[in-house]
Amino acid sequence: MPDRPLKVLIAKPGLDGHDRGAKVLARGLRDEGFEVVYTGLRQTPDMVVTAALQEDVDVVGLSILSGAHMTLVPKVTAKLREAGMDDVLVVVGGIIPDDDVVELKKAGVAETFGPGTTIAEVAEYLRANARSHA
Amino acid sequence: MGAKARFSNPTELVDAALAGDRLALARILTAVENRTPVAEAALRRLYPMAGKAHLVGITGPPGSGKSTLVSALIAAVRAAGRPIAVVAVDPSSPITGGALLGDRVRMQAHTSDRDVFIRSMAARGHAGGLASTSTAAAAVLDAVGFDLVLLETVGTGQAEVEVAAAADTTVVLEAPEMGDEVQAIKAGLLEVADIVVVNKGDRPGAQRTASQLRAMLVAVGRVGVRSTGRARAAPASAERPKPKEPQVLVTIATTGGGVPELLESLDRHRARGREATDSPARLARAEAQVWAILADRLQADLHRAATREATAATMREVAAHRLDPFAAADRLLAELSS
Repeated sequence: MPDRPLKVLIAKPGLDGHDRGAKVLARGLRDEGFEVVYTGLRQTPDMVVTAALQEDVDVVGLSILSGAHMTLVPKVTAKLREAGMDDVLVVVGGIIPDDDVVELKKAGVAETFGPGTTIAEVAEYLRANARSHA
Repeated sequence: MGAKARFSNPTELVDAALAGDRLALARILTAVENRTPVAEAALRRLYPMAGKAHLVGITGPPGSGKSTLVSALIAAVRAAGRPIAVVAVDPSSPITGGALLGDRVRMQAHTSDRDVFIRSMAARGHAGGLASTSTAAAAVLDAVGFDLVLLETVGTGQAEVEVAAAADTTVVLEAPEMGDEVQAIKAGLLEVADIVVVNKGDRPGAQRTASQLRAMLVAVGRVGVRSTGRARAAPASAERPKPKEPQVLVTIATTGGGVPELLESLDRHRARGREATDSPARLARAEAQVWAILADRLQADLHRAATREATAATMREVAAHRLDPFAAADRLLAELSS
């Protein structure tokens, strides 16, 4: 039996209509052999967590370009823990100031990826750090 | 407490799922998808509890509106207070094995509803429109109490008819102006439809497409026998399966137009098939599952340490055309029974 592909949720929480990056990443990870669930724009933290739970993903990738990451991301990580999904790797993509990165990591984010990150780098990081559930 | 600690064995996982724990349900579905020993343990317990749900297959070409129609159906079903689960399959890349599962995008309105459970699956190389584990996933959802389970296939062409065996009721979507009457009388996908839906009913040509389909899909009787509908018993050569006579409906999935009628039609079809536990659809589903498990076990046996080398050697002989594939199969079967 071949290894199970890692399953990744790519979500865009909040009021942010810029989803080109998320779509490019979703497609790029597909090409890297991941199973990518893409949920579209304007997700609430609850919607992200419900999708992550029903899909039983190994990774939640949040793409945020609105500047609201300090509000939205800790809500997602808290709700994931609440739902028993503390074994899910959470990563964030967007323009995140260095000070915020420290705070986000305290809130349970494993890594952030800023402008200039290649898809291969993201894929390598996820392969090295995500744990398949089954 | 984390999931690992909560579900330390399959029994606990199944107990939790039956008690309504959605994470436990999701983890069982993952095990089923990955065909792990946990899945086998869970399915052995859950299968006897399944068989109550109405399994509805939704199939049709890419972009015909399957996911949008599923979303509209969820809304209609929830308005009636019934729980509903969806298994939505998208293709896997034949090159990298990766997949983009995008069906949830159309179903966002329902993600915060506890009585709606949506699971995306990658086809993982399985041809036919579903994943090889979709039927088992549907059985799990059935067992934990979803009384309506929709199976949405990958975008299909003319001949991916597997869903008809997996579902009690098969809905085939068509978009307006996708073909003329000759397309409608070709063998394949339309033959397995219990209900044909012309979606995008607000587009020009939708009504005409629907009436062409209606005209072509009536069950034509045998030569010399006038068709008076499905109730009439076919004379003489009764052993030949009768063609289905699908109802043709028009929907506008984006607005929900025609969806209540579709739900009514689904419920009617369900009522007709309900009492028949040995219906052709159920038997086909049972056979498909058992054959798949047999094939898996056979393969596993042949790859067991004791036989692995002999199996590989046989395969090499076939590759070199020194042995024909039939003789190879004979030899492998003989080795297993020895």
